[in-house]
Amino acid sequence: MKDRLRIALVGNPNTGKSTIFNALTGLNQKVGNFPGVTVDKKIGFSKLANNTTLEVVDLPGTYSLYPKSVDETIVFEVLSDKNNPSHPDLVLIVADATNLKRNLLLYTQIADLGLPIIIALNMMDLAAKSNMDIDVDGLAKRLNVPVVPIAARKTQGIEELKKAIQYHSNQPFQTPTIDIEIIAPDLIKSISEELNIDNPYVALQIAHQYQNLRYLTKAQISQIETFEKQYDFHSQKSQAAETIARYNFINDVLLDTVKYNSVALEENISNKIDHYLTHKIWGFVIFIAILFAIFQSIFAWSEYPMFLIENVFVWLAEVGHRYLPEGVLTNLLIDGVLAGLSGVMVFIPQIALLFAFISILEDTGYMSRVTFMMDRLMRKVGLNGKSVVPMIGGLACAVPSIMSTRTIENWKERIITIMVTPLVSCSARLPIYTLLISLVVPKIYVLGFINLQGLALMSLYVMSIIAAILVAWVMKGIIKSKAKGYFIMELPVYRMPRWNNVGITMFESVRTFVTQAGKVIIAVSIVLWVLASYGPSNRFEKIDEKYNSPSLLKKYSSVEIVRLKASEKLENSYAGVLGKSIEPSIKPLGFDWKIGIALITSFAAREVFVGTMATLYSVDGDATKMESVREKMAGAKNTQTGLPVFTVASAFSLMMFYAFAMQCMSTMAVVYRETKNIKWPLIQFAYMLVLAYVASFIVYQLLK
Amino acid sequence: MKLSQLKIGAIGIIKEFTDLEMSVKLMEMGCLPGETIKVERVAPFGDPIAISVSGYQLSLRKLEASTIELI
Ligand SMILES: Nc1nc2c(ncn2[C@@H]2O[C@H](COP(=O)(O)OP(=O)(O)OP(=O)(O)O)[C@@H](O)[C@H]2O)c(=O)[nH]1
Ligand SMILES: [Mg+2]
Repeated sequence: MKDRLRIALVGNPNTGKSTIFNALTGLNQKVGNFPGVTVDKKIGFSKLANNTTLEVVDLPGTYSLYPKSVDETIVFEVLSDKNNPSHPDLVLIVADATNLKRNLLLYTQIADLGLPIIIALNMMDLAAKSNMDIDVDGLAKRLNVPVVPIAARKTQGIEELKKAIQYHSNQPFQTPTIDIEIIAPDLIKSISEELNIDNPYVALQIAHQYQNLRYLTKAQISQIETFEKQYDFHSQKSQAAETIARYNFINDVLLDTVKYNSVALEENISNKIDHYLTHKIWGFVIFIAILFAIFQSIFAWSEYPMFLIENVFVWLAEVGHRYLPEGVLTNLLIDGVLAGLSGVMVFIPQIALLFAFISILEDTGYMSRVTFMMDRLMRKVGLNGKSVVPMIGGLACAVPSIMSTRTIENWKERIITIMVTPLVSCSARLPIYTLLISLVVPKIYVLGFINLQGLALMSLYVMSIIAAILVAWVMKGIIKSKAKGYFIMELPVYRMPRWNNVGITMFESVRTFVTQAGKVIIAVSIVLWVLASYGPSNRFEKIDEKYNSPSLLKKYSSVEIVRLKASEKLENSYAGVLGKSIEPSIKPLGFDWKIGIALITSFAAREVFVGTMATLYSVDGDATKMESVREKMAGAKNTQTGLPVFTVASAFSLMMFYAFAMQCMSTMAVVYRETKNIKWPLIQFAYMLVLAYVASFIVYQLLK
Repeated sequence: MKLSQLKIGAIGIIKEFTDLEMSVKLMEMGCLPGETIKVERVAPFGDPIAISVSGYQLSLRKLEASTIELI
């Protein structure tokens, strides 16, 4: 017995592969109740009873080995290429017991690839409720493959599954399904000889997919092309013939092993729910009401925890200043790092709530219904109903959302979705909005229950979605493509969200936020603090001299002198010089040089904005007076005019800028990775910057 | 009759497909000649539609549904 075994989880979308993966490995791979949650392979480890290390590979779901979208291509790649680092010793087919017929199509294809197989018959809990009798042993006998009934969500049958894996055979013993060779005899023979393949179905699959298989050489590809011309091979006709033959086999198997009595119970419930949730009028009303409730709650529920966190940081700074020795290092720690961190950590409650709500939407199956309702609208602007998933996900973070566009089959629809997703207000913008809104929007209730601040926040979100849709519409006219898009999508049954899953999502989002944002913020804060505390040549000495002059000493109190000196020093520091240098170009937007510094530091990540503000105002401020960032910013005055820096006009202008500008390196990197062309991230960066500037300009000029 | 012409709640049986490319995709999703189809609902803007087929719900656009010929 080998001490290492690699298994791959393969199956239709939404059958519970990732749930099984998590149960086996103890990891927290994302699970959701809609097709296309997993879009890339994920690897985890587990131990079997005989101490074999089990390497588990979670794969994207697919209805057949013929890929319809980018995410699905990986499945055949991994299964057919023996040299692929994830090529499994054993395939675990995850089949949804409530929908065996469609699920077995993929099984028959994989069976014919000639790999050892185990079938995990998942969702047995639902199958039991649905008046459907599955003869599990009969099925196993018919196919000559171990079949393990499980309910992964309840972790039922996982031990039996592990046992089956432990005692699996190294040989593919499954009963042959259909006669492959008859589909294209000559071509299969030629390809088998050319590529030295001993399995006819692998050869046939290659005949269909050779153009997209990365492991084939150029010479091999052109050779296959020649064969196909020679034998007059028609890919679609061959696929159609194959599929029909496979379903004949499946119908035969199911006739003996599954008895249907009536329609599934759960489905009836789902039907009833859908009657309201996708209703002609109520459907959209409910959708908007849900979004509205989410934003109101994010604002309302996070208020108290935010207040607590804010106070903890103020207290920490106080303690720090009291007990640490005075000096440069203490200043760096408290005015630089701590101030920067406090600015952002305050937003942990809001981010956790946002992620929790999105995870509930995904977990219930509602997301698919939104996709269904929105397809018509989305199509009008060059998108696909499926674009809704990345766009709603974009409310949390654009990076995973852009990856999730892999499920969109049509290239043009996918590119447009990628291009507009970063416009959707992500969680990194939330701190900026919240902070600025709290500065300029009064906290009052309209109509007795609508929080005006929440309303302002929600309008920003709505605006971001409208902007995304408008930009998509413009791009629809610019990007050229002939391929027609389509929308053939499974609607999963509704499920209760699993609260521990929601909890994990919250926890993970906070953890990533704290570590990712934390790292950047600490680094930027330190650099910024240095740049703000030192200046070019002897400018600082001159300022010191100036404030030592007797005439000034007489004119101002000592406290005032300290304050004046600090702000003049900041203005003349490296950071100040940098900010001043871009001030002319951002003045029409209502920004001063300090905001200019923040724009520069948050160029790579928006999270840094609040931290920068915090650092700048700490360096500038009165070290003996402890205030939160918000209080400091509220009191900020323009050094020349003496007027407040953050007015309704400048704050909203600033929010516009952050709403539209790219300001996110990770997004640009992922767009490059997904499109494999530097052109797209660059176009995206440019158009977003132009939009940001124009929008800020208009808003400032109108409100000022 | 085409699937796209079926009213909500109505039932039909698939006879054949009029578009080869679409037929491959639809068959993989369980829409096969001889299968019974029921139109469950229509999206708020009249398109796409949701149907029940081989024990689950599938949504597809009217245009795609029009390539399915019913008995
Ligand atoms: N009732 C029930 N639901 C389950 C079971 N296993 C998984 N689910 C639910 O099915 C849905 C899909 O689960 P996932 O694990 O994300 O499915 P997947 O196969 O990884 O999906 P893709 O990554 O989209 O291909 C989730 O809502 C799960 O909670 C089960 O045994 N019973
Ligand atoms: Mg998955």
